[in-house]
Formats: sequence, structure tokens, C-alpha cells
Amino acid sequence: MERLPTFSKGGVHPDDKKALSNNQAIQRLPVPSELVLPLSQHLGAPASPLKQKGDMVVAGEKIGKASSFISADVHCPVNGTITDLRKVVLANSVVTDAFVITPDASNPLGEWPEQPYDALSPEELLAIVKDMGVVGTGGATFPTHVKLSVPKGRTVDALVVNGVECEPYLTADHRLMLEETERVLRGIMIVAKITGPKRIIIGVENNKKDAIAMLRQEIARLGFPITVMALRVKYPQGDEKQLLKATIKREIPSGKLPLDVGAVVLNVGTSFAIYEAVAMRKPLIDRVVTISGEAMKEKKNLRVLLGSKVADLIAFAGGLDHEPDKFISGGPMMGFAFHDDQIPVIKGTSGILALDKEPSAKAPTTPCISCGRCVAACPMGLQPTKLYRLIEHRDYERAMAMNLMDCKECGCCSYSCPAHLPLVHGMKLGKRLGRK
Amino acid sequence: MNILFAFLIIAVLGLALGLGLAFAAKKFAVEKDERAEQILAILPGANCGACGYPGCSGYAGALSGGKAQNGLCSPGGAKTSALVAKILGIADEGAGERMVAFVHCRGNHELTKRDFQYEGIEECSAAHMLFQGESSCKYGCLHLGSCMRVCPTNAIHRDEKGNVTVDPEACIGCKKCTLVCPTKVIRMLPARGSHAIACNSRDPGPVVRKICQVGCIACKICEKKFPDSGCTVINFLSEIDYAKPMTQIADAAAACPTKCIVEAKQ
Ligand code: SF4
Ligand code: SF4
Ligand code: SF4
Ligand code: SF4
Ligand code: SF4
Repeated sequence: MERLPTFSKGGVHPDDKKALSNNQAIQRLPVPSELVLPLSQHLGAPASPLKQKGDMVVAGEKIGKASSFISADVHCPVNGTITDLRKVVLANSVVTDAFVITPDASNPLGEWPEQPYDALSPEELLAIVKDMGVVGTGGATFPTHVKLSVPKGRTVDALVVNGVECEPYLTADHRLMLEETERVLRGIMIVAKITGPKRIIIGVENNKKDAIAMLRQEIARLGFPITVMALRVKYPQGDEKQLLKATIKREIPSGKLPLDVGAVVLNVGTSFAIYEAVAMRKPLIDRVVTISGEAMKEKKNLRVLLGSKVADLIAFAGGLDHEPDKFISGGPMMGFAFHDDQIPVIKGTSGILALDKEPSAKAPTTPCISCGRCVAACPMGLQPTKLYRLIEHRDYERAMAMNLMDCKECGCCSYSCPAHLPLVHGMKLGKRLGRK
Repeated sequence: MNILFAFLIIAVLGLALGLGLAFAAKKFAVEKDERAEQILAILPGANCGACGYPGCSGYAGALSGGKAQNGLCSPGGAKTSALVAKILGIADEGAGERMVAFVHCRGNHELTKRDFQYEGIEECSAAHMLFQGESSCKYGCLHLGSCMRVCPTNAIHRDEKGNVTVDPEACIGCKKCTLVCPTKVIRMLPARGSHAIACNSRDPGPVVRKICQVGCIACKICEKKFPDSGCTVINFLSEIDYAKPMTQIADAAAACPTKCIVEAKQ
């Protein structure tokens, strides 16, 4: 059998747990009785509020305005009333202002009929993507219009679409590729028109064979110049750097961006959002979220209005089966543990997991036994154990000199450490304190 | 024969290198600054960095070169500044007032509500990355003792309940602890101060009431009833102005409903 491509350096193979939810067709979460919509749902500066307490708002209305180039607009998901503007804490510990919105009980949702967009120029398309508040939905939430703004003189060799979804448990992108194949593909073609790549590749891990087959079938039917690449399953293949290595065999040098090696990377969820933004003029006001984990009664893939509270999602999935060891927003490797079920779903929320002790086990830590497994596992070629020791001794300068800032916080080091050292937590701490 | 040859080579090489070294020592000799040596002998040798220079010798060098201000050595205090002034032949402006560190919080797991239980690296700033710590109060001490580990004189202690306190006698005022504390709940105050506010919360009173039994609830009893206590409530937190007369501070401490005005000499 032919060996499928993947990235070369490091990586781990956690149990993917996808079978829990990958057969669940996407369902819509009913409109909750209250939405909490943060002004910072993206990487970069928070949006500035355009409305106040008491204002009536309509679905799709812009209620937060991008405050700088790296920032994104925020739109109201429903018709309703703004009842408050207050500080909230998000799953990633970010404190931000948020609108509290009470949806109109009789007619909460907006309508976005499809409209022709073939005649639009690349500049017009890019302007729409920006105006609709689209950001990367994979978790990093980088504003998409920034990513697609190719500087003059630069050419794009490859547009690489991320259908990897390498985090365990998560199946939202998988379901999108299966159920919304045509729209995802059309979204990719819109991006192709904006960035003008020489070739277009979708990378999908081989644990999603049905999605690969469906994409290939639809590409043939629509006659799009897109190649689907089946990739060997390995975490963290969904990271830009690893994905480019696996698909187009390019290395992004330390501190550089995909564009520096002639590539634009975006994920399938974002492609879908771009399709809706351009073809329906629908802002990014909802997304697909995987509800899973052993402690969740029912596993689901839910289309959720942004600002819905985690408690609403869990309730819709039949509640908890038993008390979980921890809640995670995102995937178990890179996601954020949280304790408050009132936190809202935002543009980057890919999953809500209720996990038992086992997958995120907290065995007692012992001193480093110098086995080198973290070094072998680190996809960025770092030496996590050395970095950890330097950070323990507050020697951030030397940690920086050993490329600490290259750390993706992927968690491969912690995952592979037999001494159960909280390595990635140490990296995050070192990055934060060392930057000062 | 061979051995003799090898011996000769080494001998000649040794001689040449030795001469070279002697020459280099003469040519590149650093003129020893006698005053710097004298000052270094006077400085306490704590190498704490309070002066802002890398160690006592760094400060001594800077002083003798006229590049540093006298009186920056907090461990040495007035005595050192007077001696240094004598060596440099300048007027002694005196050391600044002796300052000591104080942890402005007495909340702990028994007295303060917790949102969740933190598991992870035993460092205050590591815990602070997750929702600014497990305590419902986001201004207080995280009890993981990062300050203790950087203190050069072991002046900081933690009791079995988690309360972190500074021994003002042992503190040399180097400020190292204040730099590692993520909530800046450990700050410097004049060593002569008899009392201090053992709370750092800027949450409104009703919020503090709900989450902490020993926090300042901004009731203003201290400020209003005891105008000569030195207390003023700013941003829902009482603060003592040590420049003011503090004749009524003990009375204010007794009257404070949550007893968060405490004696600074713990
Ligand atoms: S978290 Fe950072 S150090 Fe650890 S394996 Fe990933 S990139 Fe390497
Ligand atoms: S309210 Fe004051 S005393 Fe209580 S935990 Fe917060 S800072 Fe500490
Ligand atoms: S005073 Fe600051 S550094 Fe010291 S234990 Fe408390 S939170 Fe940590
Ligand atoms: S308590 Fe703080 S200021 Fe005092 S000696 Fe220790 S580290 Fe320095
Ligand atoms: S009396 Fe106590 S609680 Fe009231 S404002 Fe003064 S310090 Fe705070």
C-alpha cells in the first residue's frame, strides 16, 4: 500500500475519538432566550461597539466595528434588543466587552437569499469578506481579509485548504465537507479568485474517507481545478506549518508566514463562511460546533448562533451524562479548560467537550527523566525539556534564544512526557513573561 | 629522542605563551579604581539589585564613576549612604526612607470563594494565566509563593492556610518580590508605617462581600469616622497615605467591619 504524505518532524498520534460524533448530521440549535456576543472574537484588537443598551437590532446588522487593520467586525445574529453591554470572560481567559441581546420571540432570524457574485472583481470580493466579519474558524481566529490581502508584487503559488481537523473529538469540519460540499468548494473558488493561486489543494486526513470521496465527486461534477490530498493521520497536521510541509513540501522559516513561501492557508469552515458572506451577503453570525466527550449524554454537531451560551448547547444535547473531569472549549490538545457554562460560543469555538479523567489524565508529575520524548514529539524542532527548565529558572532570555517563540502550543510535548510535566503550560508562561 | 623533542616543543611553547600573557597583562591592565573598591567594601554585599545595577560591584563602579546617584541601596540604608558620600567627598542627601514589602491580601481558601481548582505549575503567574487565578477575587494573592522563591533574604513566609506575609525585619527592600507578582498585591510601604490595608480588591463592596470575608468593602468608615487615620477610599479600596498623620489608624483598624486594616509589624 502506498504511504500517504504527512509532515516529517515530530507529531503524535492521540486516539482521535471522532467516532463519537462523526455520524451526527448537523442540527440547528434553537434560538436561545439570550445571546452574549463578545466584541473580541478574533485575534487582534477588539471591535468597538456601535450600539448601546436599549437599542433595537436586526439580524446581520453590524454592531461592532473593526478598530484596526488586524481586527474584525461583529454582527448581530438575531432580530432583538440589546439589554446590556458588560464585561465577560471567555474560555481562553480573555476579558472583553460583550453585548447581551434578547432575541425577538416571534421573529428572531434573518433571511439571506443567494445572489449572483460571478461579476464581482477580486477587490470587491475581498471587501465583502472583510465587511461580513469573516475570521478563521479553526480556532486561531485570524481576520480572513488580512490573510487574503496579498501584497503587490507577491504571487501565490498554492492555495492550501485545511480539511485536516487533527484535534481529537472534533467533527464539525468533517460534517461541513460532507453536507455542504458544494458551498465549501465554491467558497474555495472565491478565495482562488481573490488570491490567484497557481494550484489549489485540499488536505484531508485519511480518517475522513467519506469526506475525501465526496469532495472528489463534487469537484469532478463542478469541474473545479482543485486537488484533494489524502494525508496520513498525525497531530498537529492542521497547523499551517505542518500542513504546508505535508501538502506542498515547503518549510516556513522561523518567524515567517505562509505567504513568505508563496502559500495561502485557510480551513474548510472558513471557506464555507466565505461562501455565505459572498453569495448570500450573510455575515459570520453562526458556526458549526461539535458537542462531544464521554460525559456528554448525546454527541452532536450543532449549527449555533454566535453568542449562545455553552449551557444552551449542553442542554440541547440532553445534558450531562455524569459530572465531567473538565470542560474544554476547542479540542483536548489545544483547547481551553473552563468552569463556567455561561461562557458564549464565539467565532473560533470548534467544540465543547465534557471529558472524563482518562483522556486528559492528570497523573502526578515526577522530575524529568531525560528520555527525550518531548524533543522527538515537538513538530517545531524545539527542546521542550530544556526550555521548561530555563523557564522554571526564569531565564527567559536563553529560552528566547532557543526559539521559544516558535512554540505553537500544540501540546505534543506534554502529551508524550512520561513524567507528566506540564510542559506546554510552561511554554505558554515563558512566552508570556519572556515577551515583556 | 622523540620524548626529548616533544619536551622541547612544549617548553618553548610554554615560554612564548607565558611571555605573551605577561605582556598582555601589562598592556591591557585595567586601572583599579580604589574608590570603587572602598565603596564595594561598604556596600552590604546582598547583590539584590535594588539599586538598579547588576550587583553591588556594579553599583560601586557606577558610584565611583559619578554615574549613579547615592542612596539607592535600600539594604544599606542611611548608614551606607553616609559612608559612600564620605568616600566620594559629596554631601550626603541620605538614603530614601526604608521601605519593606507587604502582601495586601489576607484572603485564603477558607475565607475567599474559589471559581475552580487550579492544577498546574506552582507559579503565581502560571496560575494567573487561567482566568486570573482560581479565586473569585482577581486582585488578591494566589498563594503559590513565587515571591518567596525570589526573595534573597527568605523574608517571605506562607502559613498552612496559604497566607503569604513578609517579615519586615528581614526584608531589605530589594523589590524583587514585587516584580514577579502577577496581581501586584505585594508592594512596598514605609517600614515606619504601623498599619497597612490587607486587601487589594477594586471590586465594589457588594461584590467583595459575596466572595471574601476579609476584603475591603469600601464602607468608608475608616475615612469618614477617623479623618486622622490616613485612610482614603479610592476605587472601592481603602488606601493609607503614610505622609499624613496616622494618629487614629488603630481606632480605624478596630472599627473596620472586615478587619482588613492590619498591623504592619506582623
Ligand atoms: S507545545 Fe511547543 S514545545 Fe511543545 S511540542 Fe508543541 S511546539 Fe513543541
Ligand atoms: S477581597 Fe481583598 S482580601 Fe479578599 S481575596 Fe481579594 S484582595 Fe484578598
Ligand atoms: S504575593 Fe504575589 S507572588 Fe507572592 S504568593 Fe501572593 S500572588 Fe504570588
Ligand atoms: S520581601 Fe521582597 S523586597 Fe523584601 S527582601 Fe524579599 S524580595 Fe526583597
Ligand atoms: S473600614 Fe475597612 S472595609 Fe471599610 S473602607 Fe475602611 S478599610 Fe475598607
